[in-house]
Amino acid sequence: MVGQSRVQRALSKIGFYAAIGAYVLFAIFPIYWTVKISVTPTRLLYTEGIKLWPSAMTMENYSAVLSATDFPRYFLNSLIVSISTSLIVTAIASLAGYALSRFQFRGKAVVSLLLLLTQTFPLVMVIPPIFRIMGSIGLTDNLYGLIVIYTAFNIAFATFLMQSFFDGIPKELEEAAMIDGCTRSTALRRIVLPLTLPGMGATISFVFTAAWSELLFALMLINSESQKTFSVGLLTFIGKFAVDWGQMMAASVMALIPVCIFFAFLQRYLVTGLTAGAVKG
Amino acid sequence: MTLASREQMTAKAPIRRWSMAAEPWLYLSPALVCIVTVLLVPLIIGISYSFWKFSAFKSQFAGLDQYRAMASDTVLHDALVNTLWWTVGSLFFQFFLGLGLALLLNRPFYGRRTVQALVFLPWAVPTFLTGLTWSWLFNPLIGPLPHIFYALGIQSEPVTILASPQTAMWGPIIANIWFGIPFFAITLLAARKSIPSEIYEAASIDGASAWQQFTKVTMPFLAPTIAITVMLRTVWIATFADLIYVMTQGGPAGSTNTIATYIYVSAFKALDKGYASAIAMLLLVLLIIYALLVIQMRRSLLKDA
Repeated sequence: MVGQSRVQRALSKIGFYAAIGAYVLFAIFPIYWTVKISVTPTRLLYTEGIKLWPSAMTMENYSAVLSATDFPRYFLNSLIVSISTSLIVTAIASLAGYALSRFQFRGKAVVSLLLLLTQTFPLVMVIPPIFRIMGSIGLTDNLYGLIVIYTAFNIAFATFLMQSFFDGIPKELEEAAMIDGCTRSTALRRIVLPLTLPGMGATISFVFTAAWSELLFALMLINSESQKTFSVGLLTFIGKFAVDWGQMMAASVMALIPVCIFFAFLQRYLVTGLTAGAVKG
Repeated sequence: MTLASREQMTAKAPIRRWSMAAEPWLYLSPALVCIVTVLLVPLIIGISYSFWKFSAFKSQFAGLDQYRAMASDTVLHDALVNTLWWTVGSLFFQFFLGLGLALLLNRPFYGRRTVQALVFLPWAVPTFLTGLTWSWLFNPLIGPLPHIFYALGIQSEPVTILASPQTAMWGPIIANIWFGIPFFAITLLAARKSIPSEIYEAASIDGASAWQQFTKVTMPFLAPTIAITVMLRTVWIATFADLIYVMTQGGPAGSTNTIATYIYVSAFKALDKGYASAIAMLLLVLLIIYALLVIQMRRSLLKDA
């Protein structure tokens, strides 16, 4: 009996690690493959294209992309758009999330519902009107227009995130400070904000990734080469040089690097932050 | 307290009450202004477009013509079916695989932090790159998947599944599953961690099996989170055109054409924004009904809990 249960336990352990392994493999393999093709010399691509690792490596693709294309420019544009959007959204959403978490007021349910319903708006429906409005105030074909739109689209979800982070901080902490003579804004600055920093970090990373990924708006609103974001640049690149796999993947890997670094640092806070108040309330 | 100061207080009181009531709105105002001007106003203009017929030289009021045209549009009909298939297929696997991952990550084991960072990584990959990467993986010249499928006997020859109308939809669906698992894993793991461990201790003292603990404790606690995340994901997937646009552009032969990609193509390739808006309106109404149903369901779940 004892032997059997030990066997059983060993089996369930093996099953557990096998499942974990399968998830890791599934998650990593496509990224691994992109990196692999990006360092494969062009002459080996078709003979060894489907091997797990090529017999020779090269950095040519990277240097070609960096020196001969506009990718550094696209990269910078995407960085400007994503950083500005994530900071603006997090600031606005922190305020809104704080209001929804700490106050009881008439119209609160309506506001929450409105925020939730904005998530159902098909992007494609607002693109033509936005295109017209933005055109009339000169925001097409520049990065400000993109920042404005991305901000509006990310506010709702970011507000829910921030609300749940604020919900996770006991109200008593602020109340105690306010009894001790702090104003609400001092209590907010000295006590609540430091405790929400991980939550803000998570929100920033979430919005950053969303802005970094966006394609359709950028495709519609941006025409000139100097204003293109990475997603648009990569897609046009593919249209032009459809056969240069190595360079395409090198560019892709470079597009991946900032988000991956960002996300690797902040994904921990995403879980701990959400645990605190959770999407449960 | 002197009379003067009391008078002062009563005079201040209404102002104070007013400012107390205004305070939350003050905090909410930047968010609301942004949403109303950038989303609601264009949305209303977009809705009005659906009653117009646009052409290069003149635009004229068309009443309900666009909506009538929709009824006899077979492409739209196929796109509706494809949207359902795309949404349900993606969501089903994203959810169950995400739930499985969340439960695995909830158990302590050596190297969990690293594993967590790795399995959540697909969420950070830009969607256009997800689309590109997966279409490369399905490409028999530089990708391994056709050869693996061929070796396993799933395919009779190593070709890309994206080229055949029977199998093309699986391409974007698989890419979408890959991209979406972390979202469910992150939110469900967070919700699972917020269940007090005392409840599990009490359950195991009462002799509840692992399966009973899962169905009687874990699932009821996760239910509200599941309702809200499934709702958000459904809506996001249904309106999500990027992946399909990058991988197949709706083809071959319209087999991966969903409503979202169809609207995109109508508006910007066919330049018929009136018709595109009418279709978008249909999608919007369907999604709002769905969202309200789920919110209602979640309310009753919370009341029971």
